[in-house]
Amino acid sequence: MSLTATAKAGPSRPAGTGPGPDDGRAAALRRTWRKASPYAYIAPFFTLFLAFGLFPLLYTAFVSLYRVELQTSGEMEWRGIANYTALFTDEYFWISLRNTFTIGVLSTVPQLAMALGLAHLLNYKLRGRTFIRTAILLPYATSVAAATLVFAQLFGRDFGLINYAIGLVGFDPVDWQTGTVASQIAVSTIVIWRWTGYNALIYLAGMQSIPHELYEAAEMDGASRWRQFIHVTLPGLRPTIIFTVIISTIGATQLFGEPLLFEGSISGGISHQYQTLGLYMYEQGWGFFHLGRAAAIAWVMFVLIVVLVGVNALIARRRARKEAGR
Amino acid sequence: MTALVAPPTAPETGRPPQDPPGKRVRKGGAGRTMKGGWLSYLILGFALLISAFPFYWTIVAASRSNADMAQVPPSLLPGSNLIKNFDAVLEEADIGKALLNSLIVSSSITLGTVLCCTLAGFAFAKLKFRGRGALLTLTIGTMMIPPQLGVIPLFMLIAELQWVNQLQAVILPGLVSAFGVFFMRQYLVQSLPDELIEAARVDGASTARIFWSIVIPIARPGMAVLGMLTFMTAWNDFFWPIIALSSQEPTVQVALRQLGGGYVNDQSVIMAGTLLGTLPVLLVFGLLGRQIVGGIMQGAVKG
Repeated sequence: MSLTATAKAGPSRPAGTGPGPDDGRAAALRRTWRKASPYAYIAPFFTLFLAFGLFPLLYTAFVSLYRVELQTSGEMEWRGIANYTALFTDEYFWISLRNTFTIGVLSTVPQLAMALGLAHLLNYKLRGRTFIRTAILLPYATSVAAATLVFAQLFGRDFGLINYAIGLVGFDPVDWQTGTVASQIAVSTIVIWRWTGYNALIYLAGMQSIPHELYEAAEMDGASRWRQFIHVTLPGLRPTIIFTVIISTIGATQLFGEPLLFEGSISGGISHQYQTLGLYMYEQGWGFFHLGRAAAIAWVMFVLIVVLVGVNALIARRRARKEAGR
Repeated sequence: MTALVAPPTAPETGRPPQDPPGKRVRKGGAGRTMKGGWLSYLILGFALLISAFPFYWTIVAASRSNADMAQVPPSLLPGSNLIKNFDAVLEEADIGKALLNSLIVSSSITLGTVLCCTLAGFAFAKLKFRGRGALLTLTIGTMMIPPQLGVIPLFMLIAELQWVNQLQAVILPGLVSAFGVFFMRQYLVQSLPDELIEAARVDGASTARIFWSIVIPIARPGMAVLGMLTFMTAWNDFFWPIIALSSQEPTVQVALRQLGGGYVNDQSVIMAGTLLGTLPVLLVFGLLGRQIVGGIMQGAVKG
């Protein structure tokens, strides 16, 4: 990881404070403390991190092999891989897996594309730049719950504003709750609304670290703004784009609050038409009390994320190599 | 929308306009020399409109009656029922208690996280100790792992401790922020010169003394940004609170879930609750939005 590589070497030991012969003992004590004291600074964080962060992460794999019920979570009964086989024979698992994928694509692709376009515009010299940046981040400040409740209302079938607007243009109202594609579009819209501005700012930060000389050189070669965007901005932004793709993929895999609150049911619609893996896990664990089974779902989600991030990284590396070879 | 009516920018001077004090000016990028045309303003104005409209609509809906909401050409103007709807939501869903709980939870998490992460970030940035690299990699590595993965054992743990429905069940796990440690470490690596620490050591200052009199004052702006981001995240956290808490001891998000789950059937009242739950964080954002934008953009440019 490049993070550790950027770590500067710590301060060299000051030579002037070396122990003299008179205060050898006190100095030795001080030296020992100086060696040990860094651990005192990381101790508060790591104590909590071990108890509430790391231990639960590792223990999930263990729990997923047991039968654990919500009411009696202290009693664990060995089941081996039975939680997983039960999962793979459950029709709703496959539905939620597919939904997670389709909603993930429906929300991530437009979101990042629009964020890229907005970042490009924000990178121009603009009046009220700070105001625009702040305003565009506003949706990020809302909670999943608040955003979903408002959008659920806007997407209402009979009195929703969106259907009213669609009616004005001359189309029939859409049933945003029961239609599979329609409901998934609605849920994706909430995600897109909340995260586009955030991603735009991340792209903007990336764009601002592209050296100005590259644009000057491109301009001298007579490249149009569009060609500059394609040949200077996009390649320069590649690490940032990969970063956002990975972060959004992880976010999409965990999608939970939007499908839960869109109608308020834990099954993600009457026919599970927009139930995601995250919601399916909640339904199994806290709706049906099967914590062991829910742990198995959590583990499947984790493997899914690892695979998706791996595939992303592989594609990114292959493209980078291909371009370097040109 | 001011962006829409703004006239074209002043003639090219070659230098970026001076940003307000306290904000770092970045160089480079295409935009510093290219002016945005009217089309840029139009598209951005449209984007701002879409960003802001749901907020406006929340106010409209929260200030009307349920019957108004079923009007067929829906009215886009606020009505006069705001206070009445606030009263209803305070009474029916006990949003008052939820707001207080959210305030307690978010403030505790913010204070604790900023303190823990500044301590650890300082150690990782400037102190030498065995296992530093490995521990930092471990911490940052977990940032990629979804919270869902740990939630079941975490629930079993707090059930064992009999903390279900108690606020510490949300506060203590909330103090764990790998991002916070990473953020403070990056901040201190960049803004705290090694020479300053060395000079203090030569003067005989202990590490604790250095932390209080040198690190803290320098880290303050970074701590402020981390604090705001943490407060927003904690206030808006949804997944863990609805598992660990219930209707007896809700945070705002838990209360909103109950509102949306058919607990109350009056759309205007639901929107009034949503408005009350969003206002505090909007207030924070309105006051400190520029710093939050700066923090996100800073966090994005990773080492």
